[in-house]
Amino acid sequence: MPDGNPPDQIEAAVRAVLGTLSGDLTVTEAALLGELEALGREVKRAKSEIAALSVEDINESHIPAATDELDAVVEHTATATNEILDACETLEALQSKLDDGSAQALGNAVTRIYEACSFQDITGQRIAKVVSALKAIEARVAAVTGSFSSLPATVGKKADATEGEQLANGPQLPTNASSQADIDKLLASFD
Amino acid sequence: MDKNLNVLIVDDYKTMLRIIRNLLKQLEFDNVEEASDGQEALSKLRTGNFGLVISDWNMAPMTGLDLLKEVRADARLKETPFIMITAESKTENVVAAKQAGVSNYIVKPFNAETLRDKIEKVLGHA
Repeated sequence: MPDGNPPDQIEAAVRAVLGTLSGDLTVTEAALLGELEALGREVKRAKSEIAALSVEDINESHIPAATDELDAVVEHTATATNEILDACETLEALQSKLDDGSAQALGNAVTRIYEACSFQDITGQRIAKVVSALKAIEARVAAVTGSFSSLPATVGKKADATEGEQLANGPQLPTNASSQADIDKLLASFD
Repeated sequence: MDKNLNVLIVDDYKTMLRIIRNLLKQLEFDNVEEASDGQEALSKLRTGNFGLVISDWNMAPMTGLDLLKEVRADARLKETPFIMITAESKTENVVAAKQAGVSNYIVKPFNAETLRDKIEKVLGHA
Protein backbone atom coordinates (compact mmCIF):
# COMPACT_ATOMS: atom_id res chain seq x y z
CA MET A 1 0.00 0.00 0.00
CA PRO A 2 1.44 3.41 -0.89
CA ASP A 3 2.35 5.86 1.83
CA GLY A 4 0.00 8.75 2.41
CA ASN A 5 -3.10 9.77 4.26
CA PRO A 6 -5.72 7.20 5.19
CA PRO A 7 -8.30 8.49 2.62
CA ASP A 8 -5.71 8.16 -0.14
CA GLN A 9 -4.83 4.73 1.15
CA ILE A 10 -8.49 3.70 1.03
CA GLU A 11 -8.81 4.95 -2.56
CA ALA A 12 -5.64 3.12 -3.49
CA ALA A 13 -6.96 -0.05 -1.87
CA VAL A 14 -10.24 0.27 -3.78
CA ARG A 15 -8.36 0.68 -7.07
CA ALA A 16 -6.06 -2.23 -6.24
CA VAL A 17 -8.98 -4.55 -5.50
CA LEU A 18 -10.83 -3.41 -8.63
CA GLY A 19 -7.71 -4.10 -10.67
CA THR A 20 -7.68 -7.75 -9.60
CA LEU A 21 -11.25 -8.30 -10.74
CA SER A 22 -11.47 -9.51 -14.30
CA GLY A 23 -13.85 -11.46 -16.44
CA ASP A 24 -17.28 -12.42 -15.20
CA LEU A 25 -17.99 -11.44 -11.62
CA THR A 26 -19.41 -13.84 -9.12
CA VAL A 27 -22.29 -12.64 -6.98
CA THR A 28 -19.89 -12.17 -4.02
CA GLU A 29 -17.42 -10.20 -6.14
CA ALA A 30 -20.21 -8.03 -7.48
CA ALA A 31 -21.42 -7.32 -3.93
CA LEU A 32 -17.85 -6.52 -2.87
CA LEU A 33 -17.45 -4.22 -5.84
CA GLY A 34 -20.66 -2.44 -4.91
CA GLU A 35 -19.48 -1.99 -1.35
CA LEU A 36 -16.12 -0.64 -2.48
CA GLU A 37 -17.73 1.82 -4.86
CA ALA A 38 -19.97 3.04 -2.03
CA LEU A 39 -16.94 3.37 0.21
CA GLY A 40 -15.13 5.41 -2.43
CA ARG A 41 -18.12 7.73 -2.77
CA GLU A 42 -18.25 8.16 1.02
CA VAL A 43 -14.58 9.11 1.14
CA LYS A 44 -15.05 11.65 -1.65
CA ARG A 45 -18.11 13.13 0.03
CA ALA A 46 -16.31 13.38 3.39
CA LYS A 47 -13.38 15.14 1.75
CA SER A 48 -15.55 17.75 0.09
CA GLU A 49 -17.58 18.26 3.27
CA ILE A 50 -14.42 18.89 5.28
CA ALA A 51 -13.18 21.30 2.61
CA ALA A 52 -16.54 23.13 2.69
CA LEU A 53 -16.32 23.57 6.45
CA SER A 54 -13.35 25.94 6.02
CA VAL A 55 -11.94 24.60 9.27
CA GLU A 56 -8.73 26.47 8.53
CA ASP A 57 -10.57 29.61 9.66
CA ILE A 58 -10.85 28.13 13.13
CA ASN A 59 -7.08 28.08 13.53
CA GLU A 60 -6.21 31.03 11.34
CA SER A 61 -8.58 33.53 12.85
CA HIS A 62 -11.24 32.34 15.30
CA ILE A 63 -9.04 30.80 17.98
CA PRO A 64 -6.28 33.45 17.87
CA ALA A 65 -8.97 36.17 18.05
CA ALA A 66 -10.65 34.45 21.00
CA THR A 67 -7.40 34.02 22.94
CA ASP A 68 -6.41 37.66 22.21
CA GLU A 69 -9.78 38.82 23.54
CA LEU A 70 -9.37 36.74 26.68
CA ASP A 71 -5.84 38.07 27.24
CA ALA A 72 -7.25 41.59 26.91
CA VAL A 73 -9.94 40.78 29.50
CA VAL A 74 -7.25 39.73 31.99
CA GLU A 75 -5.27 42.88 31.26
CA HIS A 76 -8.32 45.13 31.72
CA THR A 77 -9.29 43.50 35.01
CA ALA A 78 -5.68 43.87 36.25
CA THR A 79 -5.61 47.57 35.34
CA ALA A 80 -8.99 48.21 36.94
CA THR A 81 -8.05 46.25 40.07
CA ASN A 82 -4.87 48.29 40.46
CA GLU A 83 -6.95 51.48 40.14
CA ILE A 84 -9.32 50.23 42.84
CA LEU A 85 -6.37 49.33 45.08
CA ASP A 86 -4.84 52.81 44.52
CA ALA A 87 -8.10 54.37 45.65
CA CYS A 88 -8.31 52.08 48.69
CA GLU A 89 -4.79 52.97 49.76
CA THR A 90 -5.69 56.67 49.50
CA LEU A 91 -8.77 56.08 51.66
CA GLU A 92 -6.79 54.13 54.25
CA ALA A 93 -4.33 57.00 54.55
CA LEU A 94 -7.27 59.24 55.57
CA GLN A 95 -8.12 57.03 58.54
CA SER A 96 -5.84 58.91 60.92
CA LYS A 97 -7.77 62.13 60.22
CA LEU A 98 -11.12 60.61 61.21
CA ASP A 99 -12.72 59.92 64.56
CA ASP A 100 -12.44 56.34 65.85
CA GLY A 101 -15.89 55.22 64.73
CA SER A 102 -15.52 56.59 61.23
CA ALA A 103 -11.96 55.32 60.92
CA GLN A 104 -13.12 51.84 61.92
CA ALA A 105 -16.03 51.92 59.46
CA LEU A 106 -13.77 53.08 56.67
CA GLY A 107 -11.18 50.42 57.53
CA ASN A 108 -13.81 47.68 57.43
CA ALA A 109 -15.14 48.85 54.08
CA VAL A 110 -11.64 49.01 52.60
CA THR A 111 -10.89 45.49 53.87
CA ARG A 112 -14.02 44.20 52.10
CA ILE A 113 -12.85 45.84 48.88
CA TYR A 114 -9.43 44.19 49.25
CA GLU A 115 -11.10 40.82 49.74
CA ALA A 116 -13.31 41.35 46.70
CA CYS A 117 -10.35 42.35 44.52
CA SER A 118 -9.10 38.77 44.60
CA PHE A 119 -11.62 38.26 41.78
CA GLN A 120 -8.83 39.36 39.41
CA ASP A 121 -6.67 36.39 40.36
CA ILE A 122 -9.52 33.87 40.34
CA THR A 123 -11.02 35.03 37.04
CA GLY A 124 -7.52 35.21 35.53
CA GLN A 125 -6.89 31.59 36.45
CA ARG A 126 -10.27 30.54 35.04
CA ILE A 127 -9.56 32.39 31.79
CA ALA A 128 -6.15 30.70 31.59
CA LYS A 129 -7.97 27.35 31.73
CA VAL A 130 -10.22 28.40 28.82
CA VAL A 131 -7.19 29.54 26.80
CA SER A 132 -5.50 26.18 27.28
CA ALA A 133 -8.72 24.41 26.22
CA LEU A 134 -8.80 26.56 23.06
CA LYS A 135 -5.18 25.68 22.34
CA ALA A 136 -6.00 21.98 22.67
CA ILE A 137 -8.86 22.44 20.16
CA GLU A 138 -6.49 24.31 17.84
CA ALA A 139 -4.03 21.39 17.92
CA ARG A 140 -6.80 18.90 17.16
CA VAL A 141 -8.12 20.98 14.26
CA ALA A 142 -4.59 21.30 12.88
CA ALA A 143 -4.24 17.53 13.04
CA VAL A 144 -7.56 16.95 11.24
CA THR A 145 -6.96 19.53 8.50
CA GLY A 146 -3.31 18.63 8.06
CA SER A 147 -4.09 15.01 7.39
CA PHE A 148 -6.33 12.21 8.52
CA SER A 149 -3.38 10.60 10.17
CA SER A 150 -3.58 9.77 13.83
CA LEU A 151 -4.24 12.67 16.16
CA PRO A 152 -1.48 13.82 18.47
CA ALA A 153 -1.58 12.63 22.03
CA THR A 154 -3.94 14.67 24.17
CA VAL A 155 -2.49 18.03 25.02
CA GLY A 156 -1.95 17.60 28.70
CA LYS A 157 0.45 17.75 31.52
CA LYS A 158 4.00 16.94 30.62
CA ALA A 159 5.27 13.53 31.64
CA ASP A 160 8.06 14.80 33.89
CA ALA A 161 5.79 17.27 35.72
CA THR A 162 6.39 17.71 39.43
CA GLU A 163 3.65 16.83 41.91
CA GLY A 164 3.01 20.56 42.27
CA GLU A 165 2.48 20.90 38.51
CA GLN A 166 0.37 17.75 38.22
CA LEU A 167 -1.95 18.96 40.95
CA ALA A 168 -2.21 22.54 39.60
CA ASN A 169 -5.87 22.25 38.63
CA GLY A 170 -6.84 25.89 39.07
CA PRO A 171 -10.10 27.08 40.62
CA GLN A 172 -12.89 24.50 40.78
CA LEU A 173 -16.49 25.22 39.86
CA PRO A 174 -18.52 26.19 42.95
CA THR A 175 -20.26 22.79 43.10
CA ASN A 176 -16.91 20.94 43.25
CA ALA A 177 -14.93 23.36 45.39
CA SER A 178 -14.09 22.68 49.01
CA SER A 179 -14.90 25.50 51.41
CA GLN A 180 -12.42 26.87 53.95
CA ALA A 181 -14.43 24.98 56.60
CA ASP A 182 -14.03 21.69 54.63
CA ILE A 183 -10.29 22.31 54.34
CA ASP A 184 -9.92 23.18 58.02
CA LYS A 185 -11.73 19.93 58.90
CA LEU A 186 -9.50 17.93 56.56
CA LEU A 187 -6.33 19.47 58.00
CA ALA A 188 -7.52 18.87 61.55
CA SER A 189 -8.06 15.18 60.69
CA PHE A 190 -4.27 14.82 60.34
CA ASP A 191 -3.57 16.07 63.87
CA MET B 1 3.35 37.11 68.07
CA ASP B 2 6.32 38.99 66.59
CA LYS B 3 4.96 41.39 64.01
CA ASN B 4 8.42 42.60 63.08
CA LEU B 5 9.35 39.33 61.46
CA ASN B 6 10.01 39.29 57.74
CA VAL B 7 7.18 37.87 55.67
CA LEU B 8 7.66 36.57 52.12
CA ILE B 9 4.52 36.60 49.97
CA VAL B 10 4.60 34.60 46.73
CA ASP B 11 2.05 34.90 43.91
CA ASP B 12 2.22 35.27 40.13
CA TYR B 13 -0.67 37.76 40.22
CA LYS B 14 0.62 41.24 41.09
CA THR B 15 -2.83 42.30 42.25
CA MET B 16 -2.95 39.38 44.72
CA LEU B 17 0.48 40.35 46.09
CA ARG B 18 -0.81 43.87 46.58
CA ILE B 19 -3.99 42.66 48.29
CA ILE B 20 -2.09 40.38 50.69
CA ARG B 21 0.47 43.12 51.41
CA ASN B 22 -2.34 45.56 52.30
CA LEU B 23 -4.12 43.02 54.48
CA LEU B 24 -0.83 42.27 56.26
CA LYS B 25 -0.32 45.99 56.79
CA GLN B 26 -3.72 46.15 58.50
CA LEU B 27 -2.49 43.32 60.75
CA GLU B 28 0.62 45.44 61.43
CA PHE B 29 3.06 43.26 59.52
CA ASP B 30 5.16 45.87 57.75
CA ASN B 31 8.24 43.86 56.78
CA VAL B 32 6.89 42.20 53.67
CA GLU B 33 8.80 41.07 50.60
CA GLU B 34 7.40 39.69 47.37
CA ALA B 35 8.26 36.96 44.86
CA SER B 36 6.31 36.00 41.75
CA ASP B 37 7.13 32.28 41.60
CA GLY B 38 8.65 29.49 43.66
CA GLN B 39 12.14 29.82 42.23
CA GLU B 40 12.41 33.54 42.98
CA ALA B 41 10.97 32.87 46.44
CA LEU B 42 13.51 30.13 47.14
CA SER B 43 16.47 32.33 46.26
CA LYS B 44 15.08 35.13 48.47
CA LEU B 45 14.55 32.68 51.31
CA ARG B 46 18.08 31.31 50.99
CA THR B 47 19.68 34.74 51.07
CA GLY B 48 17.29 36.39 53.53
CA ASN B 49 15.86 35.84 56.97
CA PHE B 50 12.12 35.20 56.84
CA GLY B 51 9.83 34.20 59.66
CA LEU B 52 6.79 33.39 57.54
CA VAL B 53 6.03 32.37 53.95
CA ILE B 54 2.60 32.93 52.42
CA SER B 55 2.50 31.30 48.98
CA ASP B 56 0.19 30.62 46.07
CA TRP B 57 0.25 27.14 44.47
CA ASN B 58 -0.22 27.54 40.71
CA MET B 59 2.90 29.34 39.44
CA ALA B 60 5.65 28.70 36.90
CA PRO B 61 8.52 27.85 36.76
CA MET B 62 8.18 26.55 40.32
CA THR B 63 4.84 25.86 42.00
CA GLY B 64 4.08 26.63 45.62
CA LEU B 65 4.01 22.92 46.49
CA ASP B 66 7.48 22.42 45.03
CA LEU B 67 8.66 25.52 46.91
CA LEU B 68 7.26 24.06 50.12
CA LYS B 69 9.13 20.79 49.53
CA GLU B 70 12.38 22.70 48.89
CA VAL B 71 11.87 24.70 52.08
CA ARG B 72 11.19 21.60 54.18
CA ALA B 73 14.27 19.87 52.68
CA ASP B 74 16.58 22.80 53.47
CA ALA B 75 18.33 22.50 56.84
CA ARG B 76 18.22 26.24 57.51
CA LEU B 77 14.69 26.90 56.21
CA LYS B 78 12.81 23.78 57.22
CA GLU B 79 11.18 25.21 60.36
CA THR B 80 9.82 28.31 58.55
CA PRO B 81 6.03 28.58 58.96
CA PHE B 82 4.45 28.17 55.51
CA ILE B 83 0.86 29.10 54.66
CA MET B 84 -0.56 28.15 51.26
CA ILE B 85 -3.13 30.61 49.86
CA THR B 86 -4.53 29.12 46.68
CA ALA B 87 -7.56 28.55 44.48
CA GLU B 88 -6.63 24.85 44.48
CA SER B 89 -9.42 23.46 46.62
CA LYS B 90 -9.42 19.76 45.81
CA THR B 91 -8.93 17.32 48.65
CA GLU B 92 -5.87 15.89 46.87
CA ASN B 93 -4.25 19.32 46.93
CA VAL B 94 -4.84 19.83 50.64
CA VAL B 95 -3.58 16.31 51.38
CA ALA B 96 -0.45 16.78 49.23
CA ALA B 97 0.30 20.11 50.91
CA LYS B 98 -0.17 18.62 54.36
CA GLN B 99 2.10 15.70 53.51
CA ALA B 100 4.71 18.15 52.25
CA GLY B 101 4.57 19.91 55.63
CA VAL B 102 2.32 22.94 55.07
CA SER B 103 1.58 24.88 58.26
CA ASN B 104 -1.88 25.99 57.15
CA TYR B 105 -4.00 26.24 54.01
CA ILE B 106 -6.26 29.08 52.87
CA VAL B 107 -8.54 28.74 49.86
CA LYS B 108 -9.10 31.70 47.54
CA PRO B 109 -11.20 33.78 47.59
CA PHE B 110 -10.42 34.33 51.27
CA ASN B 111 -11.27 37.01 53.78
CA ALA B 112 -9.06 39.10 56.05
CA GLU B 113 -10.34 37.32 59.15
CA THR B 114 -9.27 33.91 57.80
CA LEU B 115 -5.83 35.28 57.00
CA ARG B 116 -5.45 36.74 60.50
CA ASP B 117 -6.75 33.57 62.12
CA LYS B 118 -4.32 31.30 60.23
CA ILE B 119 -1.33 33.58 60.81
CA GLU B 120 -2.10 33.64 64.54
CA LYS B 121 -2.39 29.83 64.60
CA VAL B 122 0.82 29.30 62.66
CA LEU B 123 2.95 31.85 64.50
CA GLY B 124 1.47 30.80 67.82
CA HIS B 125 2.88 27.34 67.15
CA ALA B 126 6.15 28.58 65.73
